[in-house]
Amino acid sequence: MADLTALTRQALEEVARSTDLAALEETRVRWLGKKGTLTERLKSLGALSAAERPAAGALINEAKERLQAAIEARRETLGREEIERRLGAGRIDVTLPGRGEELGGLHPVTKARLRIETLFRRAGFDVASGPEIEDDFHNFGALNFTPDHPARAMHDTFYFPDGRLLRTHTSPVQIRALRERGAPLAVIAPGRVYRCDSDMTHSPMFHQLEGLAVGENINFANMKAVLHGFLQAFFERDLAMRLRPSFFPFTEPSAEVDMSCVFCDGKGCRTCKHTGWLEISGCGMVHPNVLRASGVDPERYTGYAFGAGIDRLAMLRYGVNDLRLFFENDLRFLRQFGSFGA
Amino acid sequence: MKAPYSWLTEWVKIPWGAPELGTRLTMAGIEMEALTLAAPPFSGVVVAEILAAEPHPQADKLRVCRVSTGSGPPLQIVCGASNARAGLKSALASVGAHLPGDLAIKAAKLRGVESQGMLASAKELGLAEASSGILELPPDAPLGRSLREYLDLDEAVLDLNVTPNRGDVLSILGVAREVAALAGTKVTGPGIARAPAGHAERFPVKLEAPAACPRFAGCILRGVDNRAAVPLWMRERLRRAGVRSISPVVDVTNYVMLELGQPMHAYDLRKLKGGIRVRLARDGERVMLLDGKTIEAQSDVLLITDAERAVGLAGVMGGLHTAVSAETSDVFLESAYFAPNAVLGRARRLGLQTDASQRFERGVDFALQGRAIERAIALLAPIAGGTAGPIEVTDSAAHLPKRPPVTLRRKQLARLLGASLPDERVQRTLEGLEMQTTPRADGWEVTPPSYRFDIAIEADLIEEVARIVGFEAIPEADAFEPQRFRPLPGERPAEESVLAVLAQRGYQEAITYAFVDPALQQRLFPDRPALALSNPIASDLSVMRVSLWPGLLRAALENQHRQQDRIRLFEHGTRFQIDGASTREIDTLAAVVSGARLPEQWGVPKEMRGAADFYDVKSDLEALFTATGQAESFKFEAGPHSALHPGRAARVLRCGREVGWIGELHPILVQALDFTYPPVLFELDVDSALAVKRPAYQEISRFPQVRRDLAVVVDESVTLSTLAERVTLAASNLLRGLRIFDVYRGPGLEHGRKSVALGLIFQDISRTLTDDDVERIMASVVADLREKLNARIRE
Repeated sequence: MADLTALTRQALEEVARSTDLAALEETRVRWLGKKGTLTERLKSLGALSAAERPAAGALINEAKERLQAAIEARRETLGREEIERRLGAGRIDVTLPGRGEELGGLHPVTKARLRIETLFRRAGFDVASGPEIEDDFHNFGALNFTPDHPARAMHDTFYFPDGRLLRTHTSPVQIRALRERGAPLAVIAPGRVYRCDSDMTHSPMFHQLEGLAVGENINFANMKAVLHGFLQAFFERDLAMRLRPSFFPFTEPSAEVDMSCVFCDGKGCRTCKHTGWLEISGCGMVHPNVLRASGVDPERYTGYAFGAGIDRLAMLRYGVNDLRLFFENDLRFLRQFGSFGA
Repeated sequence: MKAPYSWLTEWVKIPWGAPELGTRLTMAGIEMEALTLAAPPFSGVVVAEILAAEPHPQADKLRVCRVSTGSGPPLQIVCGASNARAGLKSALASVGAHLPGDLAIKAAKLRGVESQGMLASAKELGLAEASSGILELPPDAPLGRSLREYLDLDEAVLDLNVTPNRGDVLSILGVAREVAALAGTKVTGPGIARAPAGHAERFPVKLEAPAACPRFAGCILRGVDNRAAVPLWMRERLRRAGVRSISPVVDVTNYVMLELGQPMHAYDLRKLKGGIRVRLARDGERVMLLDGKTIEAQSDVLLITDAERAVGLAGVMGGLHTAVSAETSDVFLESAYFAPNAVLGRARRLGLQTDASQRFERGVDFALQGRAIERAIALLAPIAGGTAGPIEVTDSAAHLPKRPPVTLRRKQLARLLGASLPDERVQRTLEGLEMQTTPRADGWEVTPPSYRFDIAIEADLIEEVARIVGFEAIPEADAFEPQRFRPLPGERPAEESVLAVLAQRGYQEAITYAFVDPALQQRLFPDRPALALSNPIASDLSVMRVSLWPGLLRAALENQHRQQDRIRLFEHGTRFQIDGASTREIDTLAAVVSGARLPEQWGVPKEMRGAADFYDVKSDLEALFTATGQAESFKFEAGPHSALHPGRAARVLRCGREVGWIGELHPILVQALDFTYPPVLFELDVDSALAVKRPAYQEISRFPQVRRDLAVVVDESVTLSTLAERVTLAASNLLRGLRIFDVYRGPGLEHGRKSVALGLIFQDISRTLTDDDVERIMASVVADLREKLNARIRE
């Protein structure tokens, strides 16, 4: 059977010499195919005697198995080499930019407003809204502004010929919410408000946040806790807050809300005019006349209300130093707020 | 209001320096806006006397002065002021001095003559806006003394912002009362002695509108010298309080107003005819005022009149004809109480807001009138001499303001503040504010003083107690909030989700004004009436928007001017639609797209590099519609729109109702507005267009789907929606999807025809479809299209 040994060696050499999968397949067919050399050998076993046949058969089968294993191994190697080759040719420049549309973004004032809404919702407040064109009753009368009150003059109101007006604050929503839902309630009302005033620090249209909580035992201490809690949550930092007595016709007592400057932590800087404080909101206990005008019994219920400028909150949060940027809609400005960062 | 610190100390003992005082007042509700010095910083300026003033040899207008500062040899100073004269004491800025405005004084030669410094004017020292000549100091001014020390120019002046409810604080006395309440002391004040009358003359006064003017105090002064010099201390006080010195009589009335809060008026007695009548104006009655203007008063305006004419607008401004002048020697002083309601709004309406009207509108102490005249007489006598007659007070007691007691309940105080205070503390605080308090079982009966116009209800008293005790004394406490669920309507999409769809599709959100340019809006929407403002801030911001497009187009144009060539802006806001007598405020979502379809980038085929068109923007709308969960309820219907290209505009319908528009800006407008790329716009009514259908699960087929493509040649006039409708009708309900993958016009097709390539996807829920099934359906589709749409099927 020296012949078989030589044949096997020759076959294994051919396998080793096959440099691609096609050549390897040809080799396999030549040796192990239906008419392959080894297959023919097996077929020729029939010519042997019954005594010789098992030993010869075993040898051929052993040779066949060796060859098969070699082919398999070779196929794997060649396959891997071929993938390697293809990978080399299919290399791309991963530093080229991706294809398609780019991401847009929300206006910073909207982002601040949505953040505010989320914070207050989590604290149990509803979000309410009201019309932007108001009547004198809702904007002033029901809020305890007497006719000709000097505080009215401070509002720089836009009027329409029929006496209606553009709301100068979101406070009319206090009246509407109380009339619609009654007490107890806790709502905020963010929205656009209007005053005919335009300069470096005033825009004829801006955004206000109104807050109102009315219940049987709502007090000034609760208001302080909510305002302070909100400011800390909005700015994500510890900050000091102080209330200064002030005057609004629709609250009594009334206060201005100052918080320690978020730029200098109260040490004094340009933004806070070196006072360490930033005026951020107005607030107070709802005036009994306002509760009455909204159909709520002031002996049974008390409440607090507050108002703050959303634009100002947004300016402080994002470090915007000019209010007018918010309304110029310059794409180079707007694009700076496209991130998840709220 | 400006309050010089030294003036306050005349009225109350202040335990704090000026900065601390300002903080205390601020924390009590009298906000200190600024703390300034009585003069801007300067140095090296001393009191000096001109010993001699000789003409300058080389210049007519200059004088060479010899000036003494009391020690050392006299200095030679060249001076151009016409009042530089021998014997005058003035302010010398010697060599090395620094004056406001970064002016350093050096030795200099003026037209060949040495000058060792400069004699300074009030303006140069920052003591006046304007001045003629050098500062004139009194003869007793001490030579060589620093001017800052001599005039106490380092004194602090508190600029206080007084809220409109606190008219009583618009005076030195009023601030002093606040200080006393805060410091727990008493207002002392300079004693105002009542001088005996020097004569018995009285001027008749009749109150014909006693509700508007229930009290009028008057006094005749004879033999006053109104040319006399007003002493420096008074001029300085007035200046520090922001009032210009005019003449002794006028200065004294102003001084009393600033000090006590009682506005006064002085008439030239010789020019007054008959007696004073205080009455309401006849409609259109003319009054010539001190400032030379003539106004026409309406019938709700209160006038001071004499026998012949109106001599003043009560509580606002006096008349010109009866005003005091340098020649005046006999004066009639008026010190009246005008009710806030009689003054409120009038001054503003007439454009005449004065120190007097500001005080009367907010409420002047109605017990102060006589005292104010006493103070004025006492101040005027040493300056301008004269003899005063009796102080005649005419009043109508029934019409004076009432100060009914207000009850303060202990319980309510604690309930409203969320903090309880000891009784003793409450009572002491109220009494410190000069309120009369009478204890009762549940609290106090409190009567406010005559000068307080803002104490009418219990909450007012609670505020008073709280602000004096200090808001910082009230703790922060969480409210107990029952955990109640509130409805969350499912049909309203979350706003942030809607905005996110557009943001993710490359749009930036804009916020534009709700009032727009009427000219632009009119061009876009000639048929939609808009609500016009009575008092717009600018003519191009004068009408309420009927659409968000005018604002967005303007924003897009401004960005184009800023060299932005790819603009995608959207806005979510209100538009205002006139609806009879009322206005509908419609929650609106709108966008404008101008410029390249995609951001500039590599690897985008040429045909995708053009400007964004109708279909690009339509796909953004479709994304929104898909997000409603009911994409199939929307239809686009070609329709004319005044702002849009007639062939590229569509009304958006939802369940047959109009919910918005989409289209390319009309070429005429593209040209008129000078857009580089024709903008494509859309606008949706949020409530109707974006109402959400709640997702409901539908069974998914486990069997394979089968796709058949079909190229259909139809007339140009056949819209895709017609074609799709026919296909859908003709195919059985096994049709799961219909894709449009090509629209072709050109060679191989008849003119006026187009070929639309459709992909039909079939699937059954309960079995695998056979070729036969599908062929049968396709045959009926083809037959239907041939028959109904005159279609040809391309092989």
